[in-house]
Amino acid sequence: MAVVKADPGLCQGYANCVVAADDVFDLDDDGVVVVLRDEVEESEKDRVTDAARSCPVSALVVESS
Amino acid sequence: MNPVTVIVGSSIGGVRTAQALRASGYDGEVLLVGEETALPYDKPPLSKGLLAGKSTVEDITLLTEEAAAEAGIRLVPGRAATGLDVAGRWIELADGERLRFDDLVIATGARARPSPWGGMPGVHVLRTLGDAEALARDLGKGGPLVVIGAGFIGAEVAATARDMGVEDVTLVDPAPAPLHGVLGPELADWCARLHAGNGVTTRFGVGVDGIDRSAEGLLVRLADGKRFPAATVVVGIGAVPCDDWLRSSCLRLDDGVVCDAYGRAAENVYAVGDVARVPHPRKNALVRAEHWTSTVEQAARVAHNIARKESPRAHEPVEYVWSDQYDNTIQITGHTGGPLSAVTVPGPDPGRAFARLYAEPDGSFAGAVTVNWPRALITCRKAVGSAASLEEIRGSVSAKRPVTKTGARP
Ligand SMILES: Cc1cc2nc3c(=O)[nH]c(=O)nc-3n(C[C@H](O)[C@H](O)[C@H](O)COP(=O)(O)OP(=O)(O)OC[C@H]3O[C@@H](n4cnc5c(N)ncnc54)[C@H](O)[C@@H]3O)c2cc1C
Ligand code: SF4
Repeated sequence: MAVVKADPGLCQGYANCVVAADDVFDLDDDGVVVVLRDEVEESEKDRVTDAARSCPVSALVVESS
Repeated sequence: MNPVTVIVGSSIGGVRTAQALRASGYDGEVLLVGEETALPYDKPPLSKGLLAGKSTVEDITLLTEEAAAEAGIRLVPGRAATGLDVAGRWIELADGERLRFDDLVIATGARARPSPWGGMPGVHVLRTLGDAEALARDLGKGGPLVVIGAGFIGAEVAATARDMGVEDVTLVDPAPAPLHGVLGPELADWCARLHAGNGVTTRFGVGVDGIDRSAEGLLVRLADGKRFPAATVVVGIGAVPCDDWLRSSCLRLDDGVVCDAYGRAAENVYAVGDVARVPHPRKNALVRAEHWTSTVEQAARVAHNIARKESPRAHEPVEYVWSDQYDNTIQITGHTGGPLSAVTVPGPDPGRAFARLYAEPDGSFAGAVTVNWPRALITCRKAVGSAASLEEIRGSVSAKRPVTKTGARP
């Protein structure tokens, strides 16, 4: 499993992560990122890492657990 | 021998390509060559947080030495590429050294279009970290500031300068309003009012004749005869692709490096980011985008196409760019502005948040500009390129408004 972490303080609501992986990331009504699943399978890790890297303010990290 | 990928240009396009090569399982050598000596850094904050002093150089660093070493990316800083031999598969650096490659990625981006009114102390462009630091120093001394060009960079610099407390800021552009091309007349007027409402003197529809230097400082002369004294001038009139080092190669250059849908400029040579001109899937034209997100998307595609040569993927870009001005986030996706017909959908806080949706002449949804309403942007960004009509998208965007306690939509 890999762990998905977001720093809501950094998030600017650019929504790149949601467009890249809407099964893992969403925005709340204030436009701040919400992590829908904070653990993802190893098989999904590359895709979710790509989504995290698409964040312009580096608010997201995916770590192996 | 291990294959070698050389990436030239070490900003977002180059760094993301290198990282994505590793993420795609590429096990050859990866060299990241850049002419700047600083560690790779990100550019959007240069007109926003970094300029305002709210973020630091560390905050905008894209790749530290440790992270590069860990990912097996060899940094080659402070070295400019000056030539390319496609058939011989090598590039030449300014000091004459040649680097051999199996695959080459051109990520040299763009540089600020220089001031046609001459360069002199106090006259700035904004593209690099050094530019931002020099501008921040001058803005720290106060105004007056004259910003020439009300595109993304000019509009953001004017906004950031006001946020920094610079009293006397003037924004000049020969277009009728800021970001006129992408926003369309109505929304561009809103943007003009946004700046005026934040204390910026706006002079639209009039060009600049020249910049003079006197004992008191600088003087910006407009075509209508008006003169604006300035301590600092920012020239934000666009960028030109850094493709001159490829002039003697056989690559096709046309205001950027011309690529196919796979990001290929020639066999084993690829380009990404602001320097790349790629086929647009819907416009039937070659487009050179100068946007962060399309650069990142291209980097991922090109890295995949190098690492997995047997299953290449074509670019399927959806235009997307954001801009922060004062406390507003403006997000633009798809085809917007110009003569397209448009409707406005009020957002959750209608005074502050709204979406403007644009239609192609056949009524299909073309694109959107959202202001302070990221949830509407997501819907619109996903709909770009689908066959949906403007009316359908208007319905789904309106549904993103939170329902009030009485059950009525605000
Ligand atoms: C001030 C500013 C604010 C911006 N704000 C936004 C925004 O809010 N939203 C958005 O979507 N986009 C924004 N952008 C645009 C975005 O930053 C660019 O699209 C992005 O930086 C393009 O990345 P790139 O790697 O292709 O090129 P660049 O960032 O231009 O990097 C190219 C690198 O290549 C190096 N290089 C050039 N020539 C050579 C050579 N011959 N040899 C070796 N190295 C070379 C350069 O030194 C540079 O480091 C902004 C740009 C600027 C300048
Ligand atoms: S991409 Fe980054 S800034 Fe954008 S919504 Fe996701 S976390 Fe927030």
